[in-house]
Amino acid sequence: MTDERARLTGKSREKKKEATAVGVGGMARAGMPDREETSAQLGESDTWADKLRTLMRQNKMAAFSALVIVLMLLAAVYAPLVAPYDHLAQSLTDRLQDPSMAHWLGTDELGRDVLSRIIFGARISLTVGLVPTLISMTIGTILGLCAGFYGGKTDFIIMRLADVMLAFPSLLLAMVVMYTMGGGLINIFIALSLVNWAGTARIVRSQTLSLKEKEFVEAARSIGVKKWTIMFRHILPNCLPSLIVLFTLNIPSAILSEASLSFLGIGAQPPSASWGLMVVRGKKYLFSEPWLSIAPSVAIMIVVLAFNFLGDGLRDVLDPYLKEQ
Amino acid sequence: MREAMVLDIRNLRSHFFTAKGEVPAVDGVSIQVPPGKIVGIVGESGCGKSMTAMSVMGLLRYPGRVVGGNIILNGRDITHLTRKELSQVRGNEISMIFQEPMTSLNPVYPVGKQVQEAILLHQKVTKNEARERVLDIFQAVGIPEPEKRYYSYPHQLSGGLRQRVMIGMAMVCRPKVMIADEPTTALDVTIEAQILRLMKKLCEEQGTSIILITHNMGVVAEVCDYVYVMYAGKVMEQAETFALFEHPSHPYTQGLLKSIPKLDEKAERLYTIEGVVPNLLHLPKGCSFCTRCDQAQERCFVEKPCLYEAKNDHETDSHGVRCFQYESGGQLDE
Repeated sequence: MTDERARLTGKSREKKKEATAVGVGGMARAGMPDREETSAQLGESDTWADKLRTLMRQNKMAAFSALVIVLMLLAAVYAPLVAPYDHLAQSLTDRLQDPSMAHWLGTDELGRDVLSRIIFGARISLTVGLVPTLISMTIGTILGLCAGFYGGKTDFIIMRLADVMLAFPSLLLAMVVMYTMGGGLINIFIALSLVNWAGTARIVRSQTLSLKEKEFVEAARSIGVKKWTIMFRHILPNCLPSLIVLFTLNIPSAILSEASLSFLGIGAQPPSASWGLMVVRGKKYLFSEPWLSIAPSVAIMIVVLAFNFLGDGLRDVLDPYLKEQ
Repeated sequence: MREAMVLDIRNLRSHFFTAKGEVPAVDGVSIQVPPGKIVGIVGESGCGKSMTAMSVMGLLRYPGRVVGGNIILNGRDITHLTRKELSQVRGNEISMIFQEPMTSLNPVYPVGKQVQEAILLHQKVTKNEARERVLDIFQAVGIPEPEKRYYSYPHQLSGGLRQRVMIGMAMVCRPKVMIADEPTTALDVTIEAQILRLMKKLCEEQGTSIILITHNMGVVAEVCDYVYVMYAGKVMEQAETFALFEHPSHPYTQGLLKSIPKLDEKAERLYTIEGVVPNLLHLPKGCSFCTRCDQAQERCFVEKPCLYEAKNDHETDSHGVRCFQYESGGQLDE
């Protein structure tokens, strides 16, 4: 899996370089590839919109992934309009049908349309991907900033806490939380948020440690800027590129965790549709009607890959910007 | 005389508390800055120049700490201010320019916004007024097309322009004192001259005093009114610039001036002061320069010299030298 990703990343990098070379060559500034790359990206006005445009132009895979993600989000939001059937409507006469024109992905053991359930399931799976990631990263960022900036005892306490969190297998920890609090969406949010902040905290802390030694922080102090303002207005924005990338990498892992929790029967509860839950329900029919498990698995895979590619692409765009300093 | 000083550093001592022991980085430094004048602090690396500046700004960080002395800014003792009081003083009454213009601006904000922040922190003005002031100061520090540069990010500006922005940021609240910590070390010589001229001009126009930290004697001769020569955390010689260059009195100052290459003299090798700066943890018992001094006598190794008056007949200001040779002139410090 790791090898596969490394290979894919390498490939997307190559593609990006090609794209740059072509784009820059057109502007007749050949000769110094590295400089051009940065100046193309950091030219006169490098707003966020411009960076996004660069991303779209240079990394087709990331651009495509972004499109996929947007489409998925739209499908999830407008699920009742998009889905061909009601995802809860049972029809026992139509149970376990093969994929057909009427039911593109067949029906499950209660005669529910699998495609509709996947579309509705996107609501849960994507929410679970986004909300706990946002919460855990907010917690992690604040704690990491404090640890890195204040150092000393604050640092020690926060980072040892993070070590403890990282020492446990996160799924096990989430299971413990879920067992004590019971199933349900809100509890999944809480469990995943509690489990995942430590990684973010570590990254933000290490960045803060190096950023707070930079002279611009000293300069900010020398014009009388207060500590909290320095932390949140001067240091945090410099961590943003890595945080954005981390965000896109954390979403898939949250979706996978939810799938695992549902698979283990302590995540989303039936009859609500979640991709993880659908995989586990289809497990019984894996040999006779494999699409019941495969279809939601493919949905998970597409989302995870899309976010990974987007993360890679974002890193490529944001990295030279970091190197510039 | 003393009351007139805009910044009066009295017997400042800043120590670093390291695992190996207490390091006296600044060891009883007294510096007087008259209004509207440029005071130079020179000395080789590690002699405590920057640490003196940081102490004055209250920017010393763990494990460093000011352990003694007073810093009197405009008649007010700022040595023991709380953090909140200090942040009102910093940037408003005293400000600082750093050595590296490459890293002293925040890469994620347009430079105009950063200068604007300094105004908004200290003065009750609307954002638009602050913006106008930024454009004015950009004009004053010689940044072409201020309107356009206001929205530039630091990495889009050259080193010289960035240093101009830093100067603008330091000057925008019209502080009484500006500390410039080797402001031109990272710039090339042409830009250096421009920046120095700019600082001198602003100093004259706005009546701001400048403490210029440098190790470049040429820069000192060019712009400074008074010079303090530091060595191992102590002031070795202090004088009006002309007097110092005319009559360098301390053996260390003499050595420093001798080691500057001269265009009109042919020399096989440059003069160097033998040895290195002593480890501040294990300073000699007597004069801290005695191990490298070519005029050292027995007494220099056992007794610490004070600052003595070494004024010549034609000098108007006092000329202090920390060397026993001038003991007859009378003691200047305690």
